[in-house]
Amino acid sequence: MVTTLNVNGSPTTVDVPSDMPLLWILRDVLNLRGTKYGCGIGQCGACTVHLDGEPARSCQVSVSAATGPRITTIEGLSPNGSHPVQQAWQEFDVPQCGYCQAGQLMSAAALLARNRTPTDADIDIAMNGNLCRCGTYLRIRRAIHAAASISAPEPTASDQAARVHPTDK
Amino acid sequence: MDPTRIDRRCFFRVTALAGGGILLGSYVDPVAEVFGQPVRPAENFIPQAFIRITSDGAVTIIAKNPETGQGVKTMLPMLIAEELDVDWHDVTLEQADLDVSKYGRQRAGGSSATPVNWDPLRQVGAAVRQMLIAAAAQTWGVSPSECETSSGSVLHRPSDRALGYGQLAATAATLTPPELDAVPLKDPANYKLIGHSTSGVDNAAIVVGKQSYGIDLEIPGLRYAVFEKCPVFGGKPLTANLETIKRLPGVRHAFIVESDDERSYTRARGRLSGLAGGVAIVADTWWQAQSARQSLQVEWDEGRFADQNSDDLARQADELSQQPPAFTLRSDGDAESTLPDAATVVEAAYSYPFIAHASLEPQNCTAHYKTDGSLEIWAPTQAPQDGLPLVSSVLGVPEEKITIHLELMGGAFGRRLVNDYMVEAAWISKVVGDRVKLLWTREDDMRHDFYRPGGFQYLSGGLDAAGTLVAWRNHFVSFGEGERFASRADLPPNEFPAGFVPNYAVHATLIPLGAPTGSLRAPRSNALAWVSQSFIDELAHAAGADPVQFKLDLLGEPRMVTDDAGRDVYDAARMRGVVKLAAEKSGWGSRRLPTDTAMGIAFQFDHRGYVAEVAEVSVDSAKRVRVNKVWAAVDVGRQIINPTGARAQVEGAIIDGLSELMAQEITFERGRTVQSNLHQFPMVRLAQAPSEIEAHFRITDNPPTGLGEPALPPILPAVCNAIFASTGTRIRSLPLVKHGFRWA
Repeated sequence: MVTTLNVNGSPTTVDVPSDMPLLWILRDVLNLRGTKYGCGIGQCGACTVHLDGEPARSCQVSVSAATGPRITTIEGLSPNGSHPVQQAWQEFDVPQCGYCQAGQLMSAAALLARNRTPTDADIDIAMNGNLCRCGTYLRIRRAIHAAASISAPEPTASDQAARVHPTDK
Repeated sequence: MDPTRIDRRCFFRVTALAGGGILLGSYVDPVAEVFGQPVRPAENFIPQAFIRITSDGAVTIIAKNPETGQGVKTMLPMLIAEELDVDWHDVTLEQADLDVSKYGRQRAGGSSATPVNWDPLRQVGAAVRQMLIAAAAQTWGVSPSECETSSGSVLHRPSDRALGYGQLAATAATLTPPELDAVPLKDPANYKLIGHSTSGVDNAAIVVGKQSYGIDLEIPGLRYAVFEKCPVFGGKPLTANLETIKRLPGVRHAFIVESDDERSYTRARGRLSGLAGGVAIVADTWWQAQSARQSLQVEWDEGRFADQNSDDLARQADELSQQPPAFTLRSDGDAESTLPDAATVVEAAYSYPFIAHASLEPQNCTAHYKTDGSLEIWAPTQAPQDGLPLVSSVLGVPEEKITIHLELMGGAFGRRLVNDYMVEAAWISKVVGDRVKLLWTREDDMRHDFYRPGGFQYLSGGLDAAGTLVAWRNHFVSFGEGERFASRADLPPNEFPAGFVPNYAVHATLIPLGAPTGSLRAPRSNALAWVSQSFIDELAHAAGADPVQFKLDLLGEPRMVTDDAGRDVYDAARMRGVVKLAAEKSGWGSRRLPTDTAMGIAFQFDHRGYVAEVAEVSVDSAKRVRVNKVWAAVDVGRQIINPTGARAQVEGAIIDGLSELMAQEITFERGRTVQSNLHQFPMVRLAQAPSEIEAHFRITDNPPTGLGEPALPPILPAVCNAIFASTGTRIRSLPLVKHGFRWA
């Protein structure tokens, strides 16, 4: 089926099988391979993207559900990799293999967009859908707290995800 | 012909082409697979390319080993950069392709990167630095001894002159490389990079989604493949509805791959020897190939293991435990006659399950069989040097016509030591004569693993009247054929507490197994330490002793324990050191804890590393478990090369172990793996991880060794021992969920 998706701020027309999940459209049709395949059943969170600013497991998002919302992938989280979570992830040397980290970063960015000073309990809940097989959780937690303390602009209610990074303004 | 001379010619030729210096250094793999033996430095270096310095001063260091997330792509080049005396931020890193003639051992396994490369790669950096100094001295007409280096330049202070490495590279490349073993190395007190935390070199690309893993590989004209194998291990395809499949959208090819070697799955030693049969579907996109697979109907010959069930295996083990063991692995003193006379005898049956690896990136490989009969492979593999001869023999392509690129791995944990997916991709590419990326589903990955073998241990321990452990008997019921253990299902004869108990006997009986087994992070130790350290804890309580004191007493005098051949096998002094350190840092015995909270301790010698861990664990009345904090005391020698990476391995290994402990279990029914995906194979999530993990490195005057594995084994028994201390419940089978426990 032919449809137009709004990916990282650009309308993009694709012709894909009607049952092809957003994950595979992103990866194999749009060549956005930062979004990872881990389980295909919404268990691991490696494929997390934002739909209108909310984290979603793209392996569970159908073409029809993907048509309409603003889709943000790790490639579109910030123009130059300087979103506070991207800075903090490097500062705390979070990644081991790094495979899950795009999904972790997207979940963390969505959390910070709606909660600028998350508690440990907030982090527990927001990050519960993202597995890290290497076990980088302690650093992820520290990095989220650090990212929260990095100056970020006040997100607008209507456009949270796109505005979490200063340079997105 | 003398290989050194060939390589020297190669060295000069490449240098001339580049117009700069291409320098230096490979070695004959010296790694001792001997358990516990210090790894000797390389003996035979041959010049090759590890460092590239171009005339504009750009320095490129080749990262020789496969990166799985263990940090070698950062750590190994640090060794070169330190001795070369270049600033880290000026260095460009390049991942090597497979070429053992240049790089020596290129394998991510056995926590071997540090012991194998610690001396050689520093020598490489130092040798090149020495050549650059010689080049500068020659240029200036001064003595090399008057020259020094600083951040990529050679300085001659008496005349206040300096030349950058780039300006010297062409001259340096005309010089004869020094004998690497004779090159002086830096005084560690002067290290600027080694011992200083250095962030992962791929982090910047990872956080923006630009880091390419094996699964992300893209080349023009790529087709995508899925491969359906028999759900029963060792089964073979007979017929399939291929014509139906070929008519489905996007499908280009569908065909049966014959099993060329039934042993590929059942060989006991875990070396893949062939290609397991199945049905390949190749399509324009992976989703189309996978969608077509939903319509696939295959008739299988399920082979001889089609009725194997986990429940039956457990029953069989229990029955065998009642029989005399089939054979003896080790016998010291006379355990059989000592036990009946011991003041206290403790008997316990322990069992642990099969476990999958579940690297987050499922297995995949891209291959391109070309019209000239050559083969190019892009493989996320821990063991490319095993994949090369495997692919060569199965496909009948000479090794010299095969190129293997090392792709970054989204985790590996031992799974990617086996190159089954590599040979599958290569085979499919050859059949279709096209570029093919094979990608397994998560379900394929979980059902066609080389599992950590389960096992059963029937233990008796005898204490004398003073509470000293005087006898230990173990009937180990494991898997294999006859006296040949399935891969990683063995119990090494020197495994602790062998050598520490005067009357010690380990016997074994093996059950034939359909499922393939293999290395999982800290192979053997990840199960054996849980049993031995739990049982020793039982014995400590039976003796009325404090577990730390009981374990120190068992370790005895600080000494090196040797085997019958006089080889060092276990340094009791080093283990005592980490046990004491973990106890001290955790406040063992001196902290007041809530009534639902207790501490447990365990230790293990694994892959040359000595590690003790204390876990503080709370268990509520609903059996909800919280690991509040873990203290790890680690002795991996005299130098922690990259502290942030080392701590990451300790943190990750502990969390990995907690996943195994709580809920991970692979079971078989009718010869098939029951679990299919992560909902049935849970991992620890962020909220369940310990709030804090302290890694304390005990520096001892021993060669630096690796940390990918040694920090994992102790956490399982440490937590179980804490659960016992807190609840009085002794855990003798895993995972914990079988006993009603769950994470808080």
